[in-house]
Amino acid sequence: MDYSQFGSMIPELIVLGIFMLVFLFDTFSNEKGKKFLTPFTTILFGLGTIAIWLLPADGEMVFGGMYVNDTVTNALKAILNIGVFIVFLQSAKWVESDEVAIRKGEFYELILVTLFGMYLMVSARHFLLFIIGLESASLPLAALVAFNKKHYESHEAAIKYIMTAVFSSAILLAGLSFVYAFSGGSLYFDDIAISIGQGEMSGLLIMALAFVIAGIGFKLSLVPFHLWTADVYQGAPTAITSYLSVISKGAAAVAFFIIFVQCFGSVYSEAWEWMLYAVIILTITVGNLFAIRQKNMKRFMAFSSISQAGYIMLGAIAANGLGLASMLFYIFVYVVSNLGAFAVISTIEENSGKLSMDDYNGLHKTNPWLSFAMTLAMFSLAGIPPFAGFFSKILIFTSVTGTGSWALYMLVLIALINTIISLYYYLLVVKAMWISPEEPKIGSFRSACSSRIALWLCIAGIVFFGIVPYIYQYCYDAVLNSLSFLFLF
Amino acid sequence: MDLSMLWYLVPSVVMFACGIYGFITRKNLIAILISLELMLNSADLNFVVFNRYLFPGSMDGMVFTLFAIAIAAAETAIAIAIIINIYRSIGNTDISEINNMKF
Repeated sequence: MDYSQFGSMIPELIVLGIFMLVFLFDTFSNEKGKKFLTPFTTILFGLGTIAIWLLPADGEMVFGGMYVNDTVTNALKAILNIGVFIVFLQSAKWVESDEVAIRKGEFYELILVTLFGMYLMVSARHFLLFIIGLESASLPLAALVAFNKKHYESHEAAIKYIMTAVFSSAILLAGLSFVYAFSGGSLYFDDIAISIGQGEMSGLLIMALAFVIAGIGFKLSLVPFHLWTADVYQGAPTAITSYLSVISKGAAAVAFFIIFVQCFGSVYSEAWEWMLYAVIILTITVGNLFAIRQKNMKRFMAFSSISQAGYIMLGAIAANGLGLASMLFYIFVYVVSNLGAFAVISTIEENSGKLSMDDYNGLHKTNPWLSFAMTLAMFSLAGIPPFAGFFSKILIFTSVTGTGSWALYMLVLIALINTIISLYYYLLVVKAMWISPEEPKIGSFRSACSSRIALWLCIAGIVFFGIVPYIYQYCYDAVLNSLSFLFLF
Repeated sequence: MDLSMLWYLVPSVVMFACGIYGFITRKNLIAILISLELMLNSADLNFVVFNRYLFPGSMDGMVFTLFAIAIAAAETAIAIAIIINIYRSIGNTDISEINNMKF
């Protein structure tokens, strides 16, 4: 075996290296040393993030074509890394609390393992590696959801998460077994694409694709596979909720795109365009309608993230290079906007224990900066110019209308109408904070230094990602330079 | 005796349907877990049968099945750990009592 192949797996090796170092530090350090675990992990991970941004992706197929790290997957890994870095920063105070401090090593280790799984998931070009990545991304997350040992809600969320996750992976495996029947005996994406392109359409293939969409749709929380989302998001610790809503969703979305375009691209209009079409309409609409009636901020963000997942999937239905580029950009913007909102929510929860939207009434009197950050995050999620969310929505809509299909124009119209609905509930939060005349229920406090850094990072992203053209250019170049997607243009 | 592929696929589909039925109707967490195992095993059976009958020259399906079994074992381990947590906090494993969060 040629061990130099591992040289192509630089991002995985970096994350694995950080994991090993954190693990050794956590195991062999004494009481005094444990105090430095959080800064140690955060700084190490920050360095790793910079390394992944700067190191080139060679785009070589290694391990017999099972694994490839091209510019697209490398860009996505860099984006996810920034998200995880922000999650580490915003959870730095929470992991030092009495209940969690003794187990904080596990928190970092499990997050790094799931990140490793997501890397494999997007880089895989063989279904075996994809399934291994998917499972190692979703199983440790169940343990993380159950992390608040003393809170009953955490257990309830965890059992709901693990049961639906296993159910969805069983459905995904059944779907893959039927895909295997069409594949000509190989599970490589390229070989399956060739066999499906030559074969005839059949009902079994459509059923297999429906199973695969259902299986990955569970991870993405697309409607009608979304029912676990709100409960799990509400019950999980806030740091994990933000991780679940952003990182795992971004990775699953790009993996979805790669599988469906690369593997099943030849049966796009016959088999899966209309399925995805219906799912996207349902996802955006149902997510929006249920978000309106939520009072708990974490549930509210859960339904908002469901509808945002629908917008992300617009890139997949465009199924071309522009779609992928705007999907990457959307994920990047979504990472900073959503994590900005969650940074505010977790700061307020840590300092006052309040999670309900009514508690946010009059927040600007006591915590003007937090209200300001939350307002920017809400504006960005709703897509109000000149914030980044506006540009990401415009680009993803353009990529869909660029295909020229009449049906897809209608889809964009429905998505646009839904943007207006979403404006209503995002602005409810802003109204509670700035306009509501009630006396503030949350006292004035000074948030921890680490969460302030996280907030400033998110605000910088929200303000500058839209108006600085470099970011979109970076995503676009990544897609353009990617070897495995050349056939898209 | 030469059995056709159908003799294996029909039981596999029946297993899958039983798994879904059990997942939806059962009230006990352990019983739900067993139903999930049925579904996973039915998918594994499919892989082996397709490999044996359609592509006897390669081993992809068999290897995939081995990995899928290992993954199913890991899933069961985590699920049982969480069920034990649930049992410790509310004293039983009945899902109709795990309903604090809804809507």
